[in-house]
Amino acid sequence: MNWISNYVRPKINSLFSRREIPENLWTKCDECGTMLFHRELSDSQNVCSNCNNHMHISPRDRFAALFDGGIFTELEVPAPAHDPLQFRDQKKYPDRLKAAQKATLESEAMLIAEGEIYRTPIVAAAQDFGFMAGSMGMYVGNAIIAAAERAVATRKPLVLFSAAGGARMQEGILSLMQMPRTTVAIQMLKEANLPYIVVLTHPTTGGVTASYAMLGDVQIAEPGALICFAGPRVIEQTIRETLPEGFQRAEYLLDHGMLDRVTHRQHLKEELATIIRMLTGLPALVKGDLPKPDETPAPSVAADAPSDPAPKS
Amino acid sequence: MNHYLEFEKPLAEIEGKAEELRAMARTNEDVDLEKEAVALDKKAAQMLQDLYKDLTPWRKCQVARHPNRPHCKDYIEALFSEYTPLAGDRNFAEDDAVMGGLARLGDRAVVVIGHEKGADTKSRLHHNFGMARPEGYRKAIRLMDMADRFGLPVVTLIDTPGAYPGKGAEERGQSEAIARSTEKCLQIGVPLVSVVIGEGGSGGAVAFATANRVAMLEHSVYSVISPEGCASILWKDAEKMRDAAEALRLTAQDLHKLGVIDRIIPELQGGAQRNRTQMMETVGKNIDTMIDELSGFSPKKLVAMRRQKFLDIGSKGLAA
Repeated sequence: MNWISNYVRPKINSLFSRREIPENLWTKCDECGTMLFHRELSDSQNVCSNCNNHMHISPRDRFAALFDGGIFTELEVPAPAHDPLQFRDQKKYPDRLKAAQKATLESEAMLIAEGEIYRTPIVAAAQDFGFMAGSMGMYVGNAIIAAAERAVATRKPLVLFSAAGGARMQEGILSLMQMPRTTVAIQMLKEANLPYIVVLTHPTTGGVTASYAMLGDVQIAEPGALICFAGPRVIEQTIRETLPEGFQRAEYLLDHGMLDRVTHRQHLKEELATIIRMLTGLPALVKGDLPKPDETPAPSVAADAPSDPAPKS
Repeated sequence: MNHYLEFEKPLAEIEGKAEELRAMARTNEDVDLEKEAVALDKKAAQMLQDLYKDLTPWRKCQVARHPNRPHCKDYIEALFSEYTPLAGDRNFAEDDAVMGGLARLGDRAVVVIGHEKGADTKSRLHHNFGMARPEGYRKAIRLMDMADRFGLPVVTLIDTPGAYPGKGAEERGQSEAIARSTEKCLQIGVPLVSVVIGEGGSGGAVAFATANRVAMLEHSVYSVISPEGCASILWKDAEKMRDAAEALRLTAQDLHKLGVIDRIIPELQGGAQRNRTQMMETVGKNIDTMIDELSGFSPKKLVAMRRQKFLDIGSKGLAA
C-alpha cells in the first residue's frame, strides 16, 4: 500500500532518523510527574525540583558534577573473559551487552576515575544502573579491584557510588564470585588504612548490597533510595504480608541503624570532602570560590597552605 | 520411605511392582514370584544407572534438593564427635537455620558451621528450610572469630536455598550480615574448607563458602540464583527453569571447569540420598584431606592464599 515506507530499508532508516530527532528537552519526573527542563535538570544533577526525587544519573554526569571543575581521569579496567558461560536466555548475552553499550555509550556498568573534590584527591567508582541494571559481573569486580589498587598505590580514599539490581545472572557463578573478590578489594583499602566511603543510590540490591556496598567505613545513602538484599516483591511473595510504608528506603534503613547518613545529592560533594579530610588528616575545607585546578600550578599547595585561612566555627 | 523425584517415576513403578510381587508371594505360598521380582530388581538397577549417568542440570537441582539426602545435622552426627553446639549472635537471637559449634573430626578439634534444612515438616519449620537470617551469619562470624583466636580449622557445610527474604531479616541487615560473614571468611588465619552438600544458594552460600578449599558433591548445585528465579526474570516464565538451569552452569562439573571449586566428591549410584552412610564417610575423608593440605601454612599465608584464589577466579573460561 504505502510503497515508499517499504522502499526505504528499515535498518538504514532507523540509523539516520535517530540522529535527526532533536533531543528531548523535557523530562518527566517518574515520582510526581512534573515536567523538568533539561538544563535545569542537569544543573540539579537529575533531582526533581518539585518533589526532590533523586533520579538516575549516569556515572559520567555524576563525576562531572562531583570532581572540581568537572575534571577527572578515567582509570582503566582490566578486561574480563568475554561471555565465559556462553549464556543465552531469550537473547544471547553478548547481544544484551552490545545493546547496553549502544544505549549508554559506555563499555560496562562501572566507571572508575581519580580526581579531586574540593581539592581532596580521591579515587571514585560509580555503578551505572542504566547499563543492564548496573548488574555486578566480572567487569564490575575488576573495576572495584582496580580502583582499590589505585587507591592503595596513590594513598587516596575510595568513594563508591553503588546502584545495581544485583549480580549479573548471565555470568552465573562468576558473578556470584564477585562478592568475595570485591570484598578482598575493600580489605586492601582497610589494611592500608584508607577511608572507604559508600554512597548507596537508588536502587542497590542483592549481591551488591551483600558485599562491597555494605562494607564502607561510612555509609551514606541518597534520599529515597531502595536498599535491600531481597526486593519488596520477593518478600511479599514469600511471606504474603504487605510491607510498611517506606520499607527498605534509605530513611527506613537509617532508622534501623544500617546507615550513617542520608544526604541530598546536591550536598554530597561537600559532605564527602569534609568527612574524607577529617579521616585523612587534611585541614578543614576552605569554602568559597576556589580557582579551578588548572588555574593554579600545584593544587596541593593551595590545600596545604591556604594564604587566607578562612575562619572556622 | 523412598521419595521419588519427578524424573524417577518410571523407576518408582518398577520398584513398586517388585515390592508388590514380593508381598503377594508372602501371603500366597504356592506361587513363586521371586524370579520375576529379581528380574524387576535388575531392571530397576539398570534404569537407576541410566537415569543418573547423565543428569541434566535441572535434574541435578532436584537431586540436590532431595529430602532424603544427608543434611548438615546428619553429617555432624556421623563425622564429628563431641559436637558442642554454640548458639546465638549475642545481639538479637539464635538462628536455627545455621548449625554451628565445636567438634572433633578424628582427633582434630574444629569449628563446624552449616545450613540445616530439616528432615520433616516440623524440623523444616524449626530450621526455616535452611534459610538463614542475619543472626545466623552473625553467629557464624562469631564462631569463625573464635576459631581464629584458638587456631582451629573451620569446616562449613553448604546447603541452603538462599538467605531468608523476610521483613525482619531485612530490617536487621541481612545484606550487611552476609557481607561481614564473607569478609570474615577472608580474614581468618586458619584453614577454612567448605563442602556444598546440596544446594549452594547465592549470597547465603558465599557467606560461608569463601574458603581455601571448596568441594562439591557430584550432584550438588551452586548458583547465583535459583533456576526458577532466573527463569522468571530472564524468560518471564518460571516454567523455563530447565533452560535456566542449563544456562546458569550450576553443576559441580561446570564449576570445576570454571575453576570456582577445587574438587568434586563422587556420589554412589543413585545419589547421596540412596547411599547416606557411605556418602557421609566419603565426605569426611575429603574434609580430612583438605584440612591436611592446608596444615603447616602460617595464618598469614592461609589468608593470602585464600584471597589470591578468589582474585584469580574468572581467568578460566569453559572450554567448549
